[in-house]
Amino acid sequence: MADSNWLIEFPAMDRSDLLAIRKALDGAYKEFSRSYGDIIEGLFDPLLYFLVWFEKLLVNSPWWLIIAIICAIVYFATRSWKLSVGVLAAFVLIGYFGMWENTMRTMSIIFVCTLLSIAIGIPIGILMSRSDRVQSTITPMLDIMQTMPAFVYLIPVVMLLGIGKVPGVIAVVIYAIPPVIRLTNLGIRLVDEEVLEAARAYGANSTQRLFGVQLPLALPTIMAGINQTIMMALAMVVIASMIGVKGLGQPVLKSITNQYFTLGLFNGLAIVALAIVFDRVSQAYGKRTQKHLESRQS
Amino acid sequence: MTEVLIKVEGLYKVFGKTPEKIMPMVKAGESKDDILANTGHTVGLKDINLQVEKGQIFVVMGLSGSGKSTLIRHLNRLIDPTEGKILVDGEDVMKLDQKSLEEFRRHRMSMVFQRFGLMPHRTVIENVAYGLTVQGVDKKERLAKAQEWLETVGLAGYENQYPSQLSGGQQQRVGLARALCTDADILLMDEAFSALDPLIRSEMQDQLIELQEKLHKTIVFITHDLDEALRLGDRIAILKDGELVQQGAPEDILLHPATDYVEAFVKDVNRARALTVETVMNPPAHRITSSNIEKALQQMRTFKGDYGYYVNDDGYQGIITQKKLEAAAKAGSNTAIDEKLYEDVATISPDTVLEEVIPDSMESRYALPVVDDKGDLTGELPRSSVAEVLSGEQEKGG
Ligand SMILES: Nc1ncnc2c1ncn2[C@@H]1O[C@H](COP(=O)(O)OP(=O)(O)O)[C@@H](O)[C@H]1O
Ligand SMILES: [Mg+2]
Repeated sequence: MADSNWLIEFPAMDRSDLLAIRKALDGAYKEFSRSYGDIIEGLFDPLLYFLVWFEKLLVNSPWWLIIAIICAIVYFATRSWKLSVGVLAAFVLIGYFGMWENTMRTMSIIFVCTLLSIAIGIPIGILMSRSDRVQSTITPMLDIMQTMPAFVYLIPVVMLLGIGKVPGVIAVVIYAIPPVIRLTNLGIRLVDEEVLEAARAYGANSTQRLFGVQLPLALPTIMAGINQTIMMALAMVVIASMIGVKGLGQPVLKSITNQYFTLGLFNGLAIVALAIVFDRVSQAYGKRTQKHLESRQS
Repeated sequence: MTEVLIKVEGLYKVFGKTPEKIMPMVKAGESKDDILANTGHTVGLKDINLQVEKGQIFVVMGLSGSGKSTLIRHLNRLIDPTEGKILVDGEDVMKLDQKSLEEFRRHRMSMVFQRFGLMPHRTVIENVAYGLTVQGVDKKERLAKAQEWLETVGLAGYENQYPSQLSGGQQQRVGLARALCTDADILLMDEAFSALDPLIRSEMQDQLIELQEKLHKTIVFITHDLDEALRLGDRIAILKDGELVQQGAPEDILLHPATDYVEAFVKDVNRARALTVETVMNPPAHRITSSNIEKALQQMRTFKGDYGYYVNDDGYQGIITQKKLEAAAKAGSNTAIDEKLYEDVATISPDTVLEEVIPDSMESRYALPVVDDKGDLTGELPRSSVAEVLSGEQEKGG
């Protein structure tokens, strides 16, 4: 009997009990998504419209205009000719190898995901930096978000919202947002105590302290967080393509199932190229905003 | 004349989770170390009472960890007390709500920090204008005003540098200009010069003294350096383990240290440079007021000396000795004292630093006459008192 060999075998719960639990939870969630799914989906409509509009904008504009705009942004953000020329070359090659449209789709989704992560992540990071209690509740949640396999939280999102762009964006944001939150929190906590005290001593209120001292001084750290977030969002592109996000991820997925090595390689390289562009540009921009950190000149 | 501007009464600060529960122990006189060991609470300040007068430089001195920073941060309520009262200009700072407290900090007090506390992402001129920025003064006006103060502290031309491009002394000048730029009448300076090289520090002290002569601010100055305290302070308070052990004029502290702790502080100070003649001279006991030689000799006999200081309606005239008077009386040619009888002794002024009169004092057989700028004799400085003060042989207490 079970009670005689519990030393050898783990005294696990009865199979039927486990099944009942799973059934109950799944049933409840299905019920929930059936009755509220439409409403929740409705809430995300503005996001969907924006996504579609932005993707169309990128895909339908003439390729040379897009390249010109991107290179101009890169130049003004970094003031580096070398980087701008590198970006130009990367996009020309991508287009030449027939991946232009998919690259634009991926770029649009990464752009939106990054914006969302910043818009949600920075305020959460600020809240965390203000209270140790909030920090100690949110930190484990971030740990879970980062370690839980992405497929696991794709399931409820898909159950609730079906397959498409919005669930894709949600999945990417969940995966990619932790660095912005963590590093905003860290950056603000690392601001020199005496500088902050000086602001208080001169009568700055909490808004003046936040925008005049804490955020500007935390900016390099926050920028590092944004950079990591972009990289993680790019890494999620392939997984997100499984739930209907179009872009460079889909050909990669296709090449896995059909064993098209070269197709996978090219699209993979295009993702890498995007990653390098985003990385270098956001880092160079971050550095340029920190003029005061330049070494002493005499 | 003297108006009390800042008044602290029965101030206690205990750091820790439940400071109120620890208060009875603190009041029962248990030591800081015992309380820390038994309860994990740190006694920051204990029963502080002090008054700062308007226009005064009030120095708070103590070793590291004695609670100086904690004390000064109570004045603008960067730290809230566990118990006690803080009155500024009769107003109870503890009663201010958040908004009034911010207004109070913007207009009444400004602060200079040990590690400067400048904002690294703002240029020098923006740093100086920071107080006005917080007040919402418009850009043109605040930069114009900041420019003025920047020039006052001698940093014109550095407007658009960042703090990290400046030396320590220059950075602290920016800190000082920032403090002055808000026109607050109270200046809190927490070890403002402690992080600077001795030479720069002394320059900054001079600059502060010079500014203070023009501006007449009320300054609370924290330091752990007695030389600095003596140089700047109109009044000095000494903290030990969160308690005020002595308060008084600089000479008081120097000449009558109240405890061993204060004495240890005082021991290393260069007294010759810290004390003025006035603080060590004796009252003028050997005064001769009669112009008649016979009567003068009689006066001299009453105070049992062999010389005296001849004073008439025009003030101090000179030192005369018994020997010369007797000789003159014998000769009998003249009955009145005249200039030929005076000894050749330099006079000194009461606010001269002791160091400068040491040579004269050591050479002279007589106690040096101390004469004020009106020409009156205000005291006498015998060689023995100088030697005594310099060797530190002063009785404790007082
Ligand atoms: N926020 C704090 N929490 C706990 N203890 C503190 C805190 N601030 C200061 N203290 C303690 O109070 C005492 C006085 O500190 P402080 O005022 O900084 O001394 P000082 O400025 O004279 O060096 C020290 O023992 C210090 O450890
Ligand atoms: Mg201190």
